[in-house]
Order: sequence, then structure tokens, then C-alpha cells
Amino acid sequence: MAYSRKVIKKFEDTLNNPAANNVGRLDVNSNSVGTGMVGAPACGDVMRLQIEVDDSNVITDCKFKTYGCGSAIASSQQMIEMLKGKTLEEAKSIKDREIAEVLELPPIKIHCSVLAEDSIKKAIADYESKNA
Amino acid sequence: MKTKAIYFDYASTTPVDPRVAEKMHQCLLLDGNFGNPASRSHEFGWKADEAVEKARLQVADLVNADSREIVWTSGATESDNLAIKGVAKFYKDKGNHIITSKIEHKAVLDPCRQLEREGFEVTYLDPEEDGTVKLDEIKKHVKESTILISLMHINNELGSVNDIKKIGEFTRDKNIIFHVDAAQSIGKLDIDLSKLKVDLMSFSAHKCYGPKGIGALYVRRKPRVRLEALIHGGGHERGFRSGTLATHQIVGMGEACRIAKKEIKKDNEKIKKLSEMFWNEISDIEEIVLNGDRKSKVANITNVSFSYIEGESLIMALKDVAVSSGSACTSASLEPSYVLRALGRADELAHSSIRFSFGRFTTPEEVKMVAETTKRVVRQLRELSPLWDMYLDGVDLDTVEWAHH
Repeated sequence: MAYSRKVIKKFEDTLNNPAANNVGRLDVNSNSVGTGMVGAPACGDVMRLQIEVDDSNVITDCKFKTYGCGSAIASSQQMIEMLKGKTLEEAKSIKDREIAEVLELPPIKIHCSVLAEDSIKKAIADYESKNA
Repeated sequence: MKTKAIYFDYASTTPVDPRVAEKMHQCLLLDGNFGNPASRSHEFGWKADEAVEKARLQVADLVNADSREIVWTSGATESDNLAIKGVAKFYKDKGNHIITSKIEHKAVLDPCRQLEREGFEVTYLDPEEDGTVKLDEIKKHVKESTILISLMHINNELGSVNDIKKIGEFTRDKNIIFHVDAAQSIGKLDIDLSKLKVDLMSFSAHKCYGPKGIGALYVRRKPRVRLEALIHGGGHERGFRSGTLATHQIVGMGEACRIAKKEIKKDNEKIKKLSEMFWNEISDIEEIVLNGDRKSKVANITNVSFSYIEGESLIMALKDVAVSSGSACTSASLEPSYVLRALGRADELAHSSIRFSFGRFTTPEEVKMVAETTKRVVRQLRELSPLWDMYLDGVDLDTVEWAHH
């Protein structure tokens, strides 16, 4: 697959230095943490996003793990860069298209950015249901 | 091409052996053997024809056939097309049923699909878990109208070997034409067509250190097999395949076969050692599945699934190693390997398979290096994998309700 330099760099950075690149887990039971897992092993990709939110609804930390192709892993990383420091309302407006554009994803890999957007929505919904 | 990448994809194609390249060079320039083998009126043509016939003998010699049974084609894909469509069209009044298997190469499956569109009936057999097709399975599906059975000798993804001797005895007895795609086996397994009851066999030069763009179809003379030609235009190759013969390509294939015959044993012994060394190195990786059967498969192909890792990301992480993924995530279809699915592997395992294939120029140092790199990147990718976390937490992935998309 011919990927853009950006995808390759994000993928390699994540692979070679996971701790510095938002790979990991947050406490799934904490009330300040929202978790969203999307995708299925049979489809070839599963993304798990966790966000940590402070009292003023700002996303202060994010962690992810992703099973999938190189662009799925790069999309996860890109998504997290876009999420950090945003309020929940701002985060809700992130669109898959923005992620795909920044990474110059090939058309056949657009589903990776769609998956990223879905995981944001699910993580926020989880946080909101915990704090309703 | 200067590259630091290590080539572990010999099953997809091989580099040309330097001895082959040397022979090919001699058939290109004005002071070389450049003539048209079909030119009967001058020495340039006679010499080219001589070279072509010598190469035909070399190919025939490798598989113990009569050189008059070798028809030059552009490669195994054309050979498969000529064999399958050629038989179907010639014998259509005798019957319209063809048997093949679900794990054939696309060069067999696609012509079969085309024939279905033209009114033929095709049965696609299920393979065993070891990647072979058993005679009992064939017997269950043979009908009065069966005219052709087409099976591969060695499966290109798994390295599994079909028992073409046994199957041939049966098809001859039933008067059914037996075609074997031997693209992966030429130069790797001993093939003796004077003993095998195979009627048609497809070969390709570039899988055994010859050039791309040339292959051959073996067409048995006794008992005689007839074909309807696909390409018309001059009646070359006794009408089976028209078109000016590519002397340099043909000479290259001949030389590759000559070398293969001489060195098959040496090559196989070396590759077997390397393959064992590789497997010993990587088999201690947790949750790894060898696709195919280690005891009965050929040594040059090792197909492995690494659970909880997706194949394309593994290929990307193995950036200095040239391998191929059973997962077609690298192609346009985003489908897991149809071969592994036909073996009954779960989709996630079919998504995570990698084929490592070695050849004549592979070194022990390369094997060690690739094994070490593989171990490292598998560990790294599992570190990123939510499925690996779940596995370590003892979650049964089959019980999870996934959000399919």
C-alpha cells in the first residue's frame, strides 16, 4: 500500500516509542475516564480510545490501542493529537474527513478515519453516561 | 537496485540466476542470436530455432517429457488459461463439468469463472485443513459430464503438496483430463511425467530463476490431449499458440531448467536447513499458528499467522524484509486470504498471515536477522493491540459483541 510519509512516520513513531505516543490504558472504572472500542477482529481492525476529562469538560489525556493496518494505527495517533486540550463539545465536531485529509489517506483506507471518529463518539458517550 | 531490504518472497518471483542472464544476453544484439525462429529462409532464423529447440529439450528433460509435448506460453497464467479453456472448448460436446478447488491460484479460478459464464458447470472442492485436496473428495463430485480436473501441485500460499500421482491414476481410469498447475513446484519437486498420469501441466520460468514473461504448457501426446487454441496468428507451436517466439526468454527458461535439474537436490537441502532454522527461531513466539502442515509441506514456504496482529501492519513494521501477506489488505479488496478461509481459519487469523519464502540465494545470516526482526515487531505490535490486552486479561474474544462496520 502506498502511504503518505505522514502515515509512515506516525506508524513508526508509535511502534518504536509507544509510551511517548499515547499508547496505553487509563482506568476504565474511573468516572473521569470515557472508553470507546469500535471495529471487529474479523474486519481487520479494532480501535480502543480512552479519554480523561477534567471538571471543566476539557480532555486532558488520551490513550489508545489499535489492532489494524498501518493507517488505522496512524489514524488513532492523529485523532489523539486533535483531541488533547479540546472540550467535549469541540471533540464531538471532529470529522473523519479531517483525519483523512491530514494523513492523506488513500481512498480505500478512509474507513480507518471513520473508525477513529466513531471511537471518539463512543468514548464521549461513555464518559457522559458515567457522569449524567 | 541497491537496497538493504532482505528478499523473503521467492514464492512470488525469483531473481534471474546470473548464468541464465548470461545466456539471455547472447540472444539480443546484432552480433548475437536475435533472429526470428520462424524464419526458414536464412541462418539467423535457423540459429534462433536451434536455440529454441534446445531450450525445449531442457524444459522437457527437467520433467521427463518429450520435447514435442512442450508448448511455449507467456507464463503460467497463460498456460492455465490455455489448458482450461482449451480443453473446455474442445471437449464441450463430451461434457460440460469441470472440477477444481477453492484454493487454486486466480489463474485457474478466473478462467473457471469465465467458463461458468459461458455455460460450463464448475465444482470448487473444499481442501483439507493441511491445504491439500483428497482423492475421496474428488470421487464424491465426479459425474458423467466431468471432462477436466484442474489442481495445483504446490499451493502458493501454504506450500502444501497435492498427491498428483494418486489423483492421476484415478482421472486416467475415468478418462477425465487432468491439468496440474506446477508454477510453484518446477525446480523444487521431482516431476516425472513419464510416470505421472497428468495430461496438462503449467510452468513458469520466473519461479525458478528464469525470466518473467515466459512459461510453458505440457500437452501429453500419449494418450493425446487436444485443445482449442486461444491465440491465433500464424500457427506457431503446432497451432496451440501463435506469435513470434521470444528467443531470449525461451533460452532463459531452458537454462533455468537445466540448472534446476542439476542443482535441485543441493537447493532443496539448503532451503530445508534454513527453513528449520527459521521455524526454530520464531516458533517460540506466543500465539503463532503455522498455516499448512509442517511435515508434508515444501520447505521453501512458511506461512504463519500471528494472533492479535493484523498482517498489513506487520508487513509495514517489517519494513526491511520483503514478504507477502495472505491478507489482501495490501490489495484493493480488503478481504482476508481466500486460501486460509477455505481451510476454515477464522477471519482474524486469515487477516494476520504472513508468507515467508526462501530460495537459492537466501543466507543463514538473513534467516537469523529476519527471525529476530519478526520477534521484535510482533512484540511491538502486540503492545499496541487491544486484542492482545484482552487475551492477557483472559477475555474470550469470541464472546465479545463487536461493533461490525
